[in-house]
Amino acid sequence: MSETADRVKKIVVEHLGVEAEKVTEDASFIDDLGADSLDIVELVMAFEEEFGVEIPDDAAEKISTVKDAITYIDEHKG
Amino acid sequence: MFDLTGMTALVTGASGGIGSAIAKGLAAQGARLAVSGSNVAKLEAFLGELGGEGHVAVPCDLSDAAAVDALVPQAVEALGGRIDILVNNAGVTRDNLAMRMKDDEWDQVIRVNLEAAFRLIRAAAKPMMKQRFGRVVSITSVVGQTGNPGQANYAASKAGLVGMSKALAQELASRNITVNCVAPGFIRSAMTDVLPDAQKQALTARIPAGDLGTGEDIAAAVVYLASKEAGYVTGQTIHVNGGMAMV
Repeated sequence: MSETADRVKKIVVEHLGVEAEKVTEDASFIDDLGADSLDIVELVMAFEEEFGVEIPDDAAEKISTVKDAITYIDEHKG
Repeated sequence: MFDLTGMTALVTGASGGIGSAIAKGLAAQGARLAVSGSNVAKLEAFLGELGGEGHVAVPCDLSDAAAVDALVPQAVEALGGRIDILVNNAGVTRDNLAMRMKDDEWDQVIRVNLEAAFRLIRAAAKPMMKQRFGRVVSITSVVGQTGNPGQANYAASKAGLVGMSKALAQELASRNITVNCVAPGFIRSAMTDVLPDAQKQALTARIPAGDLGTGEDIAAAVVYLASKEAGYVTGQTIHVNGGMAMV
């Protein structure tokens, strides 16, 4: 597992208060992990802070699974 | 009840008439304060007057967007990493009949009274969401509800705060963050002291309570809304006006 994936999963576990086993790469934030729209905003802000990337609104809308987040961050982090 | 011990608060316009009463009221209930204002000397003097331990001054010009965006992070750092209460109290007037009102008079009032409040709430929402606790109280005005000739800009800014607070109350309620307003009527302050006596008498005649209010009357409502006990109250406006407008 990549280092980005580890850090992303750690943030998701912390913010959503879910068990680490549930945070698979295919897990959908809303459908599988019980996130609401405000949770998504919080997660996006946490990713931005952790990785020093900017995730614009149109990109954030497309991030629905853990894997989407990891892929976006890997493609855009400096 | 209404104990604020262990809580921290940022109060804008804290060296003014109503603002200083609000700051004193919150401090008296045990909150630690970051007091803000544009006049550094006045602010430092007020900090001395406030006494107590752990309060800080964070000067800011609320017409400067970049300075406003930096204010909440500054306050959070100065208060040791928490912001439980945000009181948007600072406000300006640039009264003029609409037909004579300059663009600048409109812009200045909207920028300080409404836009700065939005910027501060937006910045404070982040730590408040993490804390799963927050209390936002914006000071509006009876004229936001009733209107007042010569104050199209001011009335718009205050009514704007009410609508904005209702939207934000809905966005943030699930995180135990409440967003409310306190709407003063005519309160003894620098803003009302300058009115001619005849006008003051005419005003008083319209107030069932028979007198102008005080900063302490406003502070009591703010303390309530800032308290843990008011957790189920959000998106509301408490009118403190001696009965001059009942809404």
